[in-house]
Amino acid sequence: MLTKKQLFTRGMLDISPHMLSVIPFGIICGAIGVELGFHPYLVYAMSFIIFGGASQIVFLQLLSGGASSLVAVASVGIINSRHLLYGAVLSEYLEKLSFIKKLLISYVVVDQGFAESNKFFKKNRSEEFLHYHLIGTGCTMWVCWQIATLSGIVLGSFVPEELGLKFAIPLTFIAIVVQDLKKLDHVIVMITCGLSSLLFFEAPFKSYIIISPIIALFVAALLLRLKK
Amino acid sequence: MTLTAIIFAGILTYFTRMTMIALISRDMLGDKIKAVLAYVPSAVFPAIIFPGIFINDFGTFIEMNDPKIFGALVAVIVGYFSKNIIATISAGLVSYWFLIFVVFS
Repeated sequence: MLTKKQLFTRGMLDISPHMLSVIPFGIICGAIGVELGFHPYLVYAMSFIIFGGASQIVFLQLLSGGASSLVAVASVGIINSRHLLYGAVLSEYLEKLSFIKKLLISYVVVDQGFAESNKFFKKNRSEEFLHYHLIGTGCTMWVCWQIATLSGIVLGSFVPEELGLKFAIPLTFIAIVVQDLKKLDHVIVMITCGLSSLLFFEAPFKSYIIISPIIALFVAALLLRLKK
Repeated sequence: MTLTAIIFAGILTYFTRMTMIALISRDMLGDKIKAVLAYVPSAVFPAIIFPGIFINDFGTFIEMNDPKIFGALVAVIVGYFSKNIIATISAGLVSYWFLIFVVFS
């Protein structure tokens, strides 16, 4: 049995390599917000209140492009609706927690944290304080995101644009799924999702980000049926 | 005005995070649904990966000889064999920089 502290530390360690892409991206997000003409306090408020990487940039870009607040808010909701899927997966491991603890822990569920904690949960089902791993990944992400976006807001985009560091984001997610390329069923699901995302990229409100996972999960269900 | 919109966007985002964790209990998900949910990472992350590689900042498709495609391929190969996140990201970035700064400059 690992202690709470050990699990928390393990979570921190498991997510920290992703900071290589998260920190430059956070700096870019903060800098873009100020460049688009928004008040620095508002740009930072988003990191605290929304706490959701790409959705923050989309939100500001839509508003500065003249879209209504309603459209901007709806887009954030749709982009972040993928968390519903993460929650459904995590609920199995978190169900013993009290309602209040579930409410608190939900705030720190992020893409990379979900991915790394889910991998850990699958291998260590019997641990009693599993959720401390998720708190570890989530809090590490939270602290780094606040510092990175703040430094982008205060210092401007001191990360040279020519480096194209936004490209680190797809790379970080490649690192997360690459081992599943060993399994044919997962490869089919990934390709379905990837191609759908390109096909529906122009769909309104950035909805490709939830449409393509739904299509891919439908294909996964079909594959499971065929396997039997 | 903008702050109000940010708060609404934040509440909406929080609800997407909280709903399934707080309101779903184990009995509500059958074994079949759980089996499908095991595919969530493979079904979600390519929707971030593919557009991040194949679509540029202006929302149009990149050329087939774009350095990002090469960088992504290198990242996949290095990631597959090294099982190391830092190696995967660095290999992808360095090979991408090599093409844009050395080969194509």
